[in-house]
Amino acid sequence: MNSFVSDFKTRATEKAGDLRHRQVIRTALRGYEIVRDKRKAAFQSWESARQAAAVTKWEAVNHLDTHLKALVAKLEARGTKVHWASNGEQAREIIAQILRDKQARSIIKSKAMTSEEIHLNHALEKEGFTVVESDLGEFIVQLRHEPPYHIVFPSMHLTRGEIKDLFQRELGDAPSDTPEDLTMVARRVMRQKYITADVGFTGANFAIAETGMISITENEGNARLTAALPKTMITLIGIEKVLPRFADLALFLPMLATAGAGQPMTCYNTMYSGPRQPGECDGPEEWHVVLLDNRRTELLADAEQRDALHCIRCGACLNVCPIFRNVGGHTYGTTYSGPVGSVITPHLRGLQEWKHLSKASSLCGACTEACPVKIDLHHHLLQNRRNASAAEPAFFERLAFQIFGIVANEPAFWSLAKKIGWLTQPWQRLVKGSPLDPARAWTKTRDLPPQPRESFKDWWRNRQ
Amino acid sequence: MTEREKILGRIREALQTKATMPGAHEGEPSPALAGASTNQARAWLPSVGASEAEQFDLFARNAADLKADFQLLASREDLKSALTRLRDQEHWQRVASHRGEISDLACQALGLPVLLTDRGYDVQTLEQCDVGITECDALIAQTGGVLVTNRSAGGRALSVLPPHHVVLARREQLTADLPAAFALLQQKYAPDFPSMISFITGPSRTGDIERILVLGAHGPRKLTIFCV
Repeated sequence: MNSFVSDFKTRATEKAGDLRHRQVIRTALRGYEIVRDKRKAAFQSWESARQAAAVTKWEAVNHLDTHLKALVAKLEARGTKVHWASNGEQAREIIAQILRDKQARSIIKSKAMTSEEIHLNHALEKEGFTVVESDLGEFIVQLRHEPPYHIVFPSMHLTRGEIKDLFQRELGDAPSDTPEDLTMVARRVMRQKYITADVGFTGANFAIAETGMISITENEGNARLTAALPKTMITLIGIEKVLPRFADLALFLPMLATAGAGQPMTCYNTMYSGPRQPGECDGPEEWHVVLLDNRRTELLADAEQRDALHCIRCGACLNVCPIFRNVGGHTYGTTYSGPVGSVITPHLRGLQEWKHLSKASSLCGACTEACPVKIDLHHHLLQNRRNASAAEPAFFERLAFQIFGIVANEPAFWSLAKKIGWLTQPWQRLVKGSPLDPARAWTKTRDLPPQPRESFKDWWRNRQ
Repeated sequence: MTEREKILGRIREALQTKATMPGAHEGEPSPALAGASTNQARAWLPSVGASEAEQFDLFARNAADLKADFQLLASREDLKSALTRLRDQEHWQRVASHRGEISDLACQALGLPVLLTDRGYDVQTLEQCDVGITECDALIAQTGGVLVTNRSAGGRALSVLPPHHVVLARREQLTADLPAAFALLQQKYAPDFPSMISFITGPSRTGDIERILVLGAHGPRKLTIFCV
């Protein structure tokens, strides 16, 4: 068992029994469920919108090379510098080199899961740059030195009391524990940072091939400020984020907001098509866009699971997942958690090391149902299980099924097995759930139903 | 070989195997291609009503849900008095704005020192302003939001740095829905788009602490929309 599996199991056991954690998550998601359903109902046809979004993303991903070339040509035509990175290391080096060239010291960042994926903050801080997360939730988890708990709600696992103590300890400023007061602390801290930062760093939610734009969805205004005030702007974006047409956003922006946060639209949806242009009064002088592969092309090569690249990172599948809600976001040990994380992490980081995530599922299909772009998530979990065992079959599993096959195919063996079962079951109770029990993994939390003395076959025969 | 060529090469190779389109079955002809379906988005998004009166009504309701303040005014004289009322209520000392037909009128009516952003400005001074007054490209009935660009609204920062954003819109700028707003942008600007286009839907907000709504996270705490 590799350490990823044992860590996952340890953390999952601990979190699943943590009633306080469960209460916090349940409370946080209760309001979301109500507004999400209300916003979905406001659509004239949410189902048709899902189908259209799925087909549009299919079109984008299945002609990815054409769309990327169009995007880049348009971006470059307006003075944007485009960089291509095959992996995290290259992306980190490209970004660090831009910072060195600009002799930058401080970087203000708006939320970007791709930067979490390549562990950017850590690399930049090691080089002596100051990196500040400006999204409130990201700022909170940055102060705690932990990764985001959820791809959309990074600090949803924390209570106001914990955040108050954190601000008091790290910032020396926490007038009360009301969310208003705590938000205003962060606002005050951040204001001057926007103005003095040398570089603004953002992620992106969509990239538009037709017009050469990136689109950023946010609620706080921190990305707007990040893209307005510093002299240099850097945007890191996964190559799968393209949409073919500008007008596609008319569908995707409200769908992302509805699925992700139960809003009709998030507060700011902003499209950028270049650095400051001639005649414009503000904005960055230079804009660098870094396109990141980082094994997305490997997922692309798997035609069966290619639709996992349709993901718009709304987090809807996390919110409905009974596993996520019980074990929590940090248990996964991955950048992308929940069902979509369990599907894509084996592709991004290695199937054998991360196959256990595909087994941490009840296969209830709630994720597939919730997905606004109709990714077939729970079937992909099954496919990952199949692919993992086909590549590296587990010896005991194979042996067990071979023996089962022989026994189940031969009536004499089958009735003998039943007899043995009936005879030995009373003794099993003595060791049930203990390390002596051969079926411990099953029996430590479950009871085996008692074996009947007489099988149906015997009963039928005697009846006649 | 550059990274660009390597990545594009890997993509082309990966796409040699075809993936089935969502909703299609293997071996069957594909349903009509994508573009067509997105063009019908209007039929699936929330409905907006047919008449202008209905749409203004919807805009007002949506804006109220978003905690934005919306006032439909009868004349430019009403706009002036609404602005001066707001100035006195909130004790504005210094305003920021940009050149424009209605914004010029607004600045005159206020009679306060004005920072104009059109030709460049000092960021610290803008940060000290009590309010940012901008025009816009459209009001969107479907969402209760405002569409601005850096060309129509005095740059990238004016609508988001001061603690209060006042939007000045003309009646004819009311747009029914999001597809219409994107069509408008295409028609008005393509191919020379402003480098920033922003759909502002309510004042800045966050729910990052216990999912409880707080206004004014980093952007404006207040959003006032005057329409004449």
